[in-house]
Amino acid sequence: MADYDIPQELRYTREDEWVRIEGERVVLGVTDYAQQQLGDIVFVELPAVGATVERGEPFGVVESVKAVADLFGPVSGRVVEVNATLAEQPELVNQDCYGDGWMLVLEPDDPAEIEDLLVAGDYRQHVKDRAD
Amino acid sequence: MSDLRRTPLFEAHQQLGGRLVPFAGFELPVSYGSILEEHAAVRERAGLFDVSHMGQLHLDGPGATAAVEWLMSCPVATLRPGRVRYGCLCNEAGGVVDDVTVYRLADEHWFLCVNASNIEKDYRWIVRHTPAGVEVRDRSAETALLALQGPASAAVLAACSNVDLGALPRFAFTHAKLGASEALVSRTGYTGSDGFELYCDAADALALWQTLCLAGAAHGLAPAGLGARDTLRLEAALPLYGHELDDETSPLEARLDRFVKLGGAPFLGGEAIARRRQAGHRKLLAGFELTERGVARAGCVLAQSGAEVGVVTSGAPSPTLQKSIGLGYVPPALAEPGTRLDVMVRGRALAAQVVRTPFVRGPVRVARKGDTRG
Repeated sequence: MADYDIPQELRYTREDEWVRIEGERVVLGVTDYAQQQLGDIVFVELPAVGATVERGEPFGVVESVKAVADLFGPVSGRVVEVNATLAEQPELVNQDCYGDGWMLVLEPDDPAEIEDLLVAGDYRQHVKDRAD
Repeated sequence: MSDLRRTPLFEAHQQLGGRLVPFAGFELPVSYGSILEEHAAVRERAGLFDVSHMGQLHLDGPGATAAVEWLMSCPVATLRPGRVRYGCLCNEAGGVVDDVTVYRLADEHWFLCVNASNIEKDYRWIVRHTPAGVEVRDRSAETALLALQGPASAAVLAACSNVDLGALPRFAFTHAKLGASEALVSRTGYTGSDGFELYCDAADALALWQTLCLAGAAHGLAPAGLGARDTLRLEAALPLYGHELDDETSPLEARLDRFVKLGGAPFLGGEAIARRRQAGHRKLLAGFELTERGVARAGCVLAQSGAEVGVVTSGAPSPTLQKSIGLGYVPPALAEPGTRLDVMVRGRALAAQVVRTPFVRGPVRVARKGDTRG
């Protein structure tokens, strides 16, 4: 399996989003595996502040030179911050997917939903299962 | 993926970390890392593609020239041995069976380089429309094809060949030895940049690939995959069979007028093509660029004032222009540069404008008299 960065402290979806818990809020983006699979990202479409995101439902789109991928809500909640820099610099998702390439900050409707997300070890296994 | 075929360079692609995907029945690299970097390598320096999946169909024997003249939309009898021309094989209804490059090896010996997805169809088509005295052979499996593309291509070849290939005119070919490998070297390509296509025996493909990589190292040569091949050909507005061309579409609808000898020697499909033009085409291929952010992809609907007017056949972000470009079919009245259209992407109308093609004019050498394609 190729080398993918999967930080221990984050939680993950099976659709390759990551979530970082910051107090009452969560920050989210796409994983290193996702950005490597997509290749050069040229366009990111995100909801506006105030919009709602539903768990398991598409909330945005990432387009690379060759492919289009939907973004899926890891938890349900309200969008309180959007990384506007990605409109001008979508390549940040390739360069720093867990840092400057973050996408949204959400206020979860039900913080218990976070517990349903994968931990790093399980996500690593999920990546491996698809690579084999 | 077990039913997919592999080219002689499969292991080389794996070793280079190529992302292998199914394409036209073959397992081929879409990229070795970054499509954008591979695209830039071709535009600025040199890129090396394995396009061994493409087919080579030979016509040999008395009557071969007349047969090729009848089969091809472009004039070929005037072509000297050592010259190449681009054109279409057309059916009786004026649709395109395939778009190909045709090489004159000798007076009565030709070969057509055809699209991988059409090899069997083309072979049957050619056999059906060729007199018995002409031998038709499918030499695709035993032939490898590498495309060396980009402004530094001639310098790369100069570093490893025994022949001055830099002096080869566009759309001409010759035989040369590169390192230890013999190849037919043709100054052609599918990128809109200067470059060469090198045909060799499948058994020599790896040695040739390695020779070119070694010679190219000093010139910034990068291996490049199907992803960059597609963005490069789209910037050059070169059609891709199955997207811009198919069995129903006339080459004139695809704006390939320069490669159709209407008024010249008769050819298969020519009458229908002329008749369809006379009746007025219902659609024409147009190039467009998005004037707002987003990406148009093949299959997206083209609209005007909320009404569907056509469909996108190819679309991608242009790495050179830093905006989204595409090709699509629209009614002739809407194919004029400056026409405003909408591209429907996920239910939203993105503003676009018809522009002249090619989108990117490569710094290709000035075409010489007699060349059919600049």
